[in-house]
Amino acid sequence: MLGYLVHRILIMIPTLIAISILIFIIIHLPPGDYFSTYIAELQSQGEGANLAKIAFLKAQYGFDLPLWEQYLYWALGLLQGDMGYSFLYDLPVNKVVGDRLLLTFLVSFTTILFTYIVAFPIGIYSATHQYSPSDYLLTFVGFLGLATPSFLLALVLIYLANVYFGISVGGLMDPIYMDKPWTWPKALSVFAHIWIPVAVIGTAGTAAMIRRLRANLLDELQKQYVVTARAKGLHPMKVLFKYPLRMSLNPFISDIGSLLPHVISGAAVVSIVMSLPTTGPMLLEALRSQDMYLAGSFLMFMAFLTVIGVFLSDLALAVLDPRIRLQVGRSQ
Amino acid sequence: MSEIGLTTGAAPPERARNATSESSVPLSHYVSPKPFDPYAVDAMTAAQERFYRAPPLLLMWWRLQRHRVAVVSGALLLAFYVIILFCEFLAPYGLDSRHVDFIYAPPQRLRVIDNGSLAWPYVNGYRYRLDMTNLRRVYTPDPDKHQRIRFFCRADEYHYWGLIPGNFHLFCPAEGGQVFFLGTDRLGRDVLSRIIYGARISLTVGLIGVSVSFALGIIIGGIAGYYGGWTDMFIQRAIEVIQSFPHIPLWMALSAVLPVTWSPILVYFGITIILGMIEWTHLARAVRSKLLSLREEDFCTAAVLMGASPARIIGRHLLPSFMSHLIASATLVIPGMILGETALSFLGLGLRPPITSWGVLLNEAQNISVVALYPWLMLPVIPVILTVLAFNFLGDGLRDAADPYH
Repeated sequence: MLGYLVHRILIMIPTLIAISILIFIIIHLPPGDYFSTYIAELQSQGEGANLAKIAFLKAQYGFDLPLWEQYLYWALGLLQGDMGYSFLYDLPVNKVVGDRLLLTFLVSFTTILFTYIVAFPIGIYSATHQYSPSDYLLTFVGFLGLATPSFLLALVLIYLANVYFGISVGGLMDPIYMDKPWTWPKALSVFAHIWIPVAVIGTAGTAAMIRRLRANLLDELQKQYVVTARAKGLHPMKVLFKYPLRMSLNPFISDIGSLLPHVISGAAVVSIVMSLPTTGPMLLEALRSQDMYLAGSFLMFMAFLTVIGVFLSDLALAVLDPRIRLQVGRSQ
Repeated sequence: MSEIGLTTGAAPPERARNATSESSVPLSHYVSPKPFDPYAVDAMTAAQERFYRAPPLLLMWWRLQRHRVAVVSGALLLAFYVIILFCEFLAPYGLDSRHVDFIYAPPQRLRVIDNGSLAWPYVNGYRYRLDMTNLRRVYTPDPDKHQRIRFFCRADEYHYWGLIPGNFHLFCPAEGGQVFFLGTDRLGRDVLSRIIYGARISLTVGLIGVSVSFALGIIIGGIAGYYGGWTDMFIQRAIEVIQSFPHIPLWMALSAVLPVTWSPILVYFGITIILGMIEWTHLARAVRSKLLSLREEDFCTAAVLMGASPARIIGRHLLPSFMSHLIASATLVIPGMILGETALSFLGLGLRPPITSWGVLLNEAQNISVVALYPWLMLPVIPVILTVLAFNFLGDGLRDAADPYH
C-alpha cells in the first residue's frame, strides 16, 4: 500500500509540472504582454502611466527575463502560494480570489457527493428492473440530462424557482454575507443556496453515472455465481449486495477521474450563468480582458483540483481492490 | 439471424425421420438411392450462404438494424445534414432579414382548421400594441388577418451557399403577411430561419473538430500502440494530463486567445481545431489499446517479416481492422464538441455574429428576462438536444455493431 502511495504521488508531480507548463504557454499565447497594451491604452486616453509602478511589477514578475525563467518565477511563486498579479483588479491574485477557491471546491465536492447519492440507488434500481417501464423512463430522463446544455437548465431553474417559490437563487449565499468572514449563519446560508447549482451541475454527471452503474451491474448479474447464489436460496437482497454490487462499485469509484473534469467544467459555465461567487465568472472576466495571470491561476487551480480528486479516487480504489495496489511495478 | 439458426436445425437426415416414424417395426437396412455427395454436410442453404458469405459491412448493417433507436437517430441526423445542404431553400426568410415592425414577436400557430372546416394552411396575423406601463411590445393573434401560406414560392433573396443567387423557398408568408413559426428576436429576425441556418455551423463544427481529433488520435495513438515502451509511456502520461483538464475552462482560455482581428471564418476554423485538439485523447486511447492487441496477431508478424515499414503496417494492415471501432468512438465524441461549441458561444467566447450557430442564437437567451418574457428565444436548444441525443444513440448502436464477428 505504501509503495502504491509513493508511486502515485511521484506520478502526480510530473503531471502537475506538465499542466503548469501548458497553462503558462496559454497565458503567453496572446500577442504582446499586458503592460504594453496597458501603457498604450493609457496614452491613448491622454493619461500618463505610472511608469515606476509598472517597472516595479515588471521586475517583480520577471517580464524582462527569457520565457523559461518567467515560467520558473511563476511556478515557484505558485508553490509559495503567490499566484501572480491581477492587472484587471490591480491587486495580487491572492487578494482578488478571496473565498472563490474555497467555494469552488465546496461546489465541486458537493456535486460529486450529490452525483453519487442520486446515481447509486437509481442505477441499482434500473439494473435490477431492466426493461421495466420505470427503467425506460429513467434511461430517457438520463439521456435528456446528458444532452441538455447545463447553462440553459440553470436559467430555467432560476426562473422557475423565482416564480413558484419566490426565492432568488442567483449566488451562493444571502447578499448580506458577501465578503464577510465565515460565520455559522453564513455557512448555513451557503448550505441553503448550494442545492440548485449542485443539481444543475450534477445532472449530466449523474446521468452518465447511472448508465455506467447500470451497465456494470447488469454485466455482473448475468454471471454464474449470481445464479448459483440464487439457486441456493439466498435472499435476493443479499444476492445483490454481497457480490455483484461490490464488483460493480470499482468503476463507480475510478470514474471520479472522468467525472471531476466534467463537474469542474460544468461548474464554470453554470456559475457564470447563476453568478456564483466561484472561479467561473472571474475566469471568464479575466479571459475577456486578457488578464492572463488571473486566468492562469484559476486554470491551474481547477486542474489541481482535478488531479487531487483523481489521486484520492485512485487511493480509494486501491484500498478497495488489492489487484490494483499489488500490481504496481509489475506491469507498467 | 434466428431464421438461419432454424434452417440449420431443420434439416435432419432422412434416416432419422424414418426411424422415428416406424419405431415399432424392427429397423431394416436402409440405403439412400441418391448419389453420394461427400460435401453434403458443407452445403449451405441460400439463406445461410447469404449470412456466412456476407461482407463485414453488411454484417454491421444487419447488427445496427437491430438497434432501432440507433437507426432512427441515424435517419434523423441524415435529415439534419440534408437540411444543411438546402438551408436557403428551407428557411422562409434570410439569415439577416430584419422585420422592424415585429420585434420580439411570439411564435405563430400554423392553422389548418378555419371555422370548423379544413382550410389551406394559414396563420393569423399579429395585432400589435405597445404596453406603455411595462414598455413592452404586446402581440396577439388577430383572427381577422387570415394569411395563407404559400408553398414553392419566391420571397427573400439569397445566395445559395454564398454563390448562386436565388429567391425560391419551400414556403413563404402570404403577400404582405408574416410567418414566424418560432417567433422573432430582438432585431425582428425569424428564429426558425436562423435555427435552420445555424445548423450549418453547429453540425459541421462537430464534424470538422472530430476530423482533427481523428487524425491526431490515429497518428498519436498509433505511435503509442505500435512502438510501446517509453514512447507509449510518455504519450499515455500526456493524454492523462490533457484529460485531467476541465475541458470547458481550457476551451474558454484557448478561444479567448484567438485574435479579435480574425475574420469570422478563421475564428470558426480556430474553434473547431481547438475543440479537436483536446478531444483527440479518447480516440488515441481507443487506437492504442486496439493496436496493442492487434500487433501480436500473425498477419502483423508476417508483414514485419516481409519488411513492411511501420507506417505501412499501421495504415495498411492494422487500421482497417479496427476502423469500425474508431468510427463508433468518433461518433460518441461529436456530441461533446457540439455541446462545447454551444457553451462557448453562449458565453460569448466561441463563435461570434455574424456567424450564426445554435450557441450564438442561445447567446440571446442569456438573461432571466428572456426566459420570462420571450421564452421562444430558447428554442435553439431543442435541435441541440436532439442532435446530441441522436449522436449518442447512433454511437451506441455503432459500437455494438462494430464487431460483427463477436
